[in-house]
Amino acid sequence: MSAPPSPDDGLSAADLAAKYGLSVSGARPGLRDYIRQLWGRRHFILAFSQAKLTAQYSQAKLGQLWQVATPLLNAFVYYLIFGLILGTKKGIPQDVFVPFLVTGVFVFTFTQSSVMAGVRAISGNLGLVRALHFPRASLPVSFSLQQLQQLLFSMIVLVVVAVAFGSYPALSWLLVVPALALQFVFNTGLALIMARLGSKTPDLAQLMPFVMRTWMYASGVMFSIPLMLEGRPSWIADVLQYNPAAVYMDLVRYALIDGYGSSNLPAHVWLVALVWAVLLGVVGFVYFWKAEERYGRG
Amino acid sequence: MAEDNTQGRIPTVIADDVHIVYRVNGGGGGKGSATAALSRILRRDKGESRGVRKVHAVRGVTFTAYRGEAIGLIGTNGSGKSTLLRAIAGLLPAESGKVYTDGQPSLLGVNAALMNDLTGERNVILGGLAMGMTREQIRERYQGIVDFSGINEKGDFITLPMRTYSSGMAARLRFSIAAAKDHDVLMIDEALATGDRKFQIRSEQRIRELRKEAGTVFLVSHSNKSIRDTCDRVLWLEKGELLMDGPTDEVIKAYEKETGK
Repeated sequence: MSAPPSPDDGLSAADLAAKYGLSVSGARPGLRDYIRQLWGRRHFILAFSQAKLTAQYSQAKLGQLWQVATPLLNAFVYYLIFGLILGTKKGIPQDVFVPFLVTGVFVFTFTQSSVMAGVRAISGNLGLVRALHFPRASLPVSFSLQQLQQLLFSMIVLVVVAVAFGSYPALSWLLVVPALALQFVFNTGLALIMARLGSKTPDLAQLMPFVMRTWMYASGVMFSIPLMLEGRPSWIADVLQYNPAAVYMDLVRYALIDGYGSSNLPAHVWLVALVWAVLLGVVGFVYFWKAEERYGRG
Repeated sequence: MAEDNTQGRIPTVIADDVHIVYRVNGGGGGKGSATAALSRILRRDKGESRGVRKVHAVRGVTFTAYRGEAIGLIGTNGSGKSTLLRAIAGLLPAESGKVYTDGQPSLLGVNAALMNDLTGERNVILGGLAMGMTREQIRERYQGIVDFSGINEKGDFITLPMRTYSSGMAARLRFSIAAAKDHDVLMIDEALATGDRKFQIRSEQRIRELRKEAGTVFLVSHSNKSIRDTCDRVLWLEKGELLMDGPTDEVIKAYEKETGK
């Protein structure tokens, strides 16, 4: 099989590739193509998120029951500390405070765990990235989808708590759907950004818990921001209230809790929720896509 | 396949002076203690920052593969064979140089996508989706995959979590899933040596089938016999450099002489 003389001899590699229509392996597709590829992988994204969710508790004796038990215990601990011991309710009636707190914990956990999963989405799955072809955005999207499904289990607990404290199902409960949909888009955008950062700097996985905890305490998970900051300059409360975590929390509370009326919401809250979601969704996606061809390097 | 090699050879993979460098965190010499890490951060030699060590795994490899060829990659452990395959597949970006390919080369293997805590059944579906098969394709081939793996020969194991499988059984299922898809440019990384003798024969046969369907095949293996059986051209890599590129017999002979076999 000694090479026979061929008209291709003497062509440079690039010319030879061009002549036979070969393309550069692992090149980044255009944004439109990328979205199409990602959509083509939607079944994988969903299956992967569900698999992760199931695998989480598959060794436990109670199995999938932990999907509901974990958020319940979580809410109970926060109630014990902030409701009974520290008493952060400050001006919120008891029958509002418990669902208020539980909603806050669950909704914030949704964002928190999406961010944490996002940081490790690429760096923790390098084996997968180096073995198979798929648009890498599948991973962070899949992880935030997993968190959304986890949140749906938490919602079961939340409904029970709301009813137990006198808020009964009403039409306004349907507002939960757009609120969580917007939050999901926001979380996914954030997870995409964190995934790119985390792929370069895995140390973020160590740092993020502290950032997230600070964010949690600043977002009024266990207290009402305007009531807590009474007498302080109003811009502080405004900044805190318009931060995305607080916005989505307030929207879900407003939808579910009878005693939590629109007077507790900042002005134009739905618009703000929409802007945050679109902003982070678009920016996060483009930012992640820009480094698509480099994720395998780790 | 020699006949279409002589005239009008169509290249399917062109590697042009490919270099690949891994960056390893926490491998940066010195003691592994916190103070050592801190001093590394503070010292910060120019460019080469903070305890990141570079491993130059592939150094300037150039070759052209043509349609219909089956190419073996040999070399001692750590010579850069698997890394080169990943670069051809576009999974690992090259530091410099370029790889041009016809279509999307794929690595035979889904291990990384499977989860030990899930049942074999769900892993078949998950693995298939991860490789880019549609749900319909998986449904069509599901029974074939399970039968081929022989997992159910000793009872209904496919509905048990994969962590309950013996290592041989798990390897067989993984191979069966991976081999269920057709590929343009197929790359096989030591996949032949899985399972018991019976399964090895079956998997070698399946690889021959895949080879027929695929345009070009790359095979990484430490078994000179399976390289001889399947490949008509061999690349010998050593320390990331291409030491030899030629017909199987010639290269294997030189390799055996060198490794003293």
